[in-house]
Amino acid sequence: MTIEFEPPKPIVQTQVVLKTVAEEMMRSKSRYFDEHEHEIPWDYIEFMHTAMRAMGVGSLAPKEKKESAEAPKEKRPPIAYQLLATQIEALSWGDVGMYLCTPGGGLGAAAVQAAGTPEQQEKFLARFSGEKPAFAAMCMTEAGAGSDTSAIRTRAVLDEKTNEWVLNGEKIFVTAGDKSLTPYEKLDKGFIVVWATIDPSAGRAGMRAFVVEAGTPGVKVVKLEHKMGIRVSDTATISLVDVRVPFDHILGSPTVEKTTTGFKGAMVTFDATRPLVAASGLGVARAALEFLKEKLTEHGITIRYGLPRQKLTNIEREVIECEIMLRAAWLMVLRAVWMADNKHPNALESSMSKVKAGDVCTKITQKVVELLGPLGYSREFLAEKWFRDAKITDIYEGTGQINRLVVARQILGYTGAELR
Amino acid sequence: MYSFEPTDEQKMLIEAVNKYAVNDLRPAAHEAEESRTLPPALIEKGWELGVLQASIPEAYGGFGEHSAVTGVLAQEEMAYGNLAATIAVGVPSLFALPILLCGAEEQKQEYLPNVIEGAWRPYTAALIEYTLDFDPLELRTTATLDGDSYVLRGEKAYVPFARQAEAMIVYAALDGVTQGFIVPKGSEGVIVAEDSEKMMGLNALPTYRVKLDGVRVPRSNRLGGDSGHDFGPILASMRVATAAAAVGVARAAFEYSRDYAKEREAFGVKIAQKQAIAFMLAEMVTEIEAVRMLTWEAAWKLDVGKDDADVAAYFAVTGAMDMAMMVTDRAVQILAGHGYIREHPVEMWMREGRGFAMFTGLMIV
Ligand SMILES: Cc1cc2nc3c(=O)[nH]c(=O)nc-3n(C[C@H](O)[C@H](O)[C@H](O)COP(=O)(O)OP(=O)(O)OC[C@H]3O[C@@H](n4cnc5c(N)ncnc54)[C@H](O)[C@@H]3O)c2cc1C
Repeated sequence: MTIEFEPPKPIVQTQVVLKTVAEEMMRSKSRYFDEHEHEIPWDYIEFMHTAMRAMGVGSLAPKEKKESAEAPKEKRPPIAYQLLATQIEALSWGDVGMYLCTPGGGLGAAAVQAAGTPEQQEKFLARFSGEKPAFAAMCMTEAGAGSDTSAIRTRAVLDEKTNEWVLNGEKIFVTAGDKSLTPYEKLDKGFIVVWATIDPSAGRAGMRAFVVEAGTPGVKVVKLEHKMGIRVSDTATISLVDVRVPFDHILGSPTVEKTTTGFKGAMVTFDATRPLVAASGLGVARAALEFLKEKLTEHGITIRYGLPRQKLTNIEREVIECEIMLRAAWLMVLRAVWMADNKHPNALESSMSKVKAGDVCTKITQKVVELLGPLGYSREFLAEKWFRDAKITDIYEGTGQINRLVVARQILGYTGAELR
Repeated sequence: MYSFEPTDEQKMLIEAVNKYAVNDLRPAAHEAEESRTLPPALIEKGWELGVLQASIPEAYGGFGEHSAVTGVLAQEEMAYGNLAATIAVGVPSLFALPILLCGAEEQKQEYLPNVIEGAWRPYTAALIEYTLDFDPLELRTTATLDGDSYVLRGEKAYVPFARQAEAMIVYAALDGVTQGFIVPKGSEGVIVAEDSEKMMGLNALPTYRVKLDGVRVPRSNRLGGDSGHDFGPILASMRVATAAAAVGVARAAFEYSRDYAKEREAFGVKIAQKQAIAFMLAEMVTEIEAVRMLTWEAAWKLDVGKDDADVAAYFAVTGAMDMAMMVTDRAVQILAGHGYIREHPVEMWMREGRGFAMFTGLMIV
């Protein structure tokens, strides 16, 4: 191994291709969808689906490659997660809300990938490479359980007579919940992954994830939120009333041993997805910072790199600080996904990258609006939208505080009970 | 390809430097700082690790190849032990590496074998000037060509081991452009202050004010020969070295305060179990990692000769000066009153932490 920072060819190529996609399919529509909340960006969805199918994949998510029996070819280092982080950053540079509308299963598929058996993966994920685009969503959060996921109240009870699970409860803030459940002509059937408890007295040990197919009686979208930013991405409230799913729709083990395997499944998902969420926030930050620099150039202001701080103007200093933060945060994301690709445990690096990216993308977008003065605040430009979009990065997939807790527990060797 | 794991050889070097940092530098640090002296045997032991020797090719008496990446890895590790000693051990690099990177062939042959053969001897460089808007790219010290020699005029500050040095590189503005000049010991017009400088930190490191009162050096002593050299790579190498040292010092302060927080009790729990402390620690480790990544990338860009290596190095050192201040300040805060007492090293690290805003010029990789 070495220390190296040369982007691999596939990553460079993807950046070039996605820049065009981002400009033509996303940026040009950013304002429209921001102002038409709950309209669905069909052009983008269909374009992405067609493009991903043409590449032989049904989603952005990395696939485990089957070991071929033939003599192994020259071994290339694995870069699937690095590639994915790059793609997400590039698409979010276009429009992060629209990126969240990318078909292919998102966090729902990620949960199946992380916690499901091979049969379950086959059964639930095959649809994403079908004719029509399809969506899946992850339902953890409830009105009374946000950061404290152990407080979820949604129940799953096994009906021994029919060998079905019966789910009851209400989930909120489900990204793409609408596109995953509501039947649309242009979409294939989706599903949601619902976290529920099979034994409320067991706390985390009783938590399990269940796949609920769209169209199952008793599950429905009851509300779509109106949000500060990422308005094109639907955020749904989903109610579950006596929802019956087959026994094998439980991901992982159905028995309640006094372990927290179920919950660990969720955590493994988060280790994998946190740097990706960080990447999406950094795409927004880069968009904002590049826009600021363009405007400064138009205005005849150049940034002089290399000077001692004492000699810099305030604007130069602020811009340089933003650039430093952004670069550092991106390198931390790269390191976290590189570890994932190389199968190194990366809980610490994942959460550090999320802490950093959450800070950086909010600070940068806030700074950009400030430095642009009236231009920044105007809806003529997208800076104010990026400011609103960026904020979600520090909230979902673990708030900044929750990720600080995870980092602190890692470095202190503490359990959740020792540091809460 | 992206890759974040040192080579096996680099890992061995890190391990060796870490042993020296933990077993030799840490125990000696307090006494060195208080008495304002570094034991020569301590410096010699660090020198024998061979970090510089391994950066110089065989043709010039060394046994390796220069790599900024290897340099920053070793630099972080040694500074984790003690910063003053790190600078002292590395002071011959301040003279040798600019010659290796930018020197004329004759200069390499003349000086490099001398510097690295045998025991540690001070060779140094003079960059910093005593003015609040000091800028390495706009020096007040000047060089003018006069017949067959250059004449140097000005004053340098914080020159490590200037009184003892066998030779030094003096950086001066030649027609407004920063250029290095090799000034041998005893050159006429070099006036080194009797007493070493008194600073907020780095007290164990002898540094001096140096006046250059019309010092004449032969034309051939201009770094790079008659056509001179580009100062960019030298400055960038100094910046990444400074950033790496900041990471090392910050890591020392972080680990010390983390361990303390796991022991110290207040209100019936370990203070580390309080989020106010735990979150500080989480942010400290995150910022350290952020600057480490910037430093590694900048060093790698220097090694492969990327166009933007100097901007990357500037980013690394600029990030490092804020990070080092933030982390070392918090380390003192976590130990609180006890941290303010000189028996604990955290206050020393905090005094050093502020210095990274002006240490560029004291070290190079
Ligand atoms: C647009 C959007 C999309 C979302 N998408 C999804 C999705 O697809 N699926 C899903 O399941 N959820 C989703 N969420 C939910 C999101 O993950 C939660 O909002 C988030 O986890 C925080 O929960 P909360 O909002 O209830 O805040 P709370 O948990 O109530 O937190 C309030 C404040 O308290 C702090 N806090 C909480 N606990 C601690 C602690 N132990 N120590 C210190 N501080 C603490 C938090 O950091 C925060 O500042 C989404 C939310 C939004 C807004």
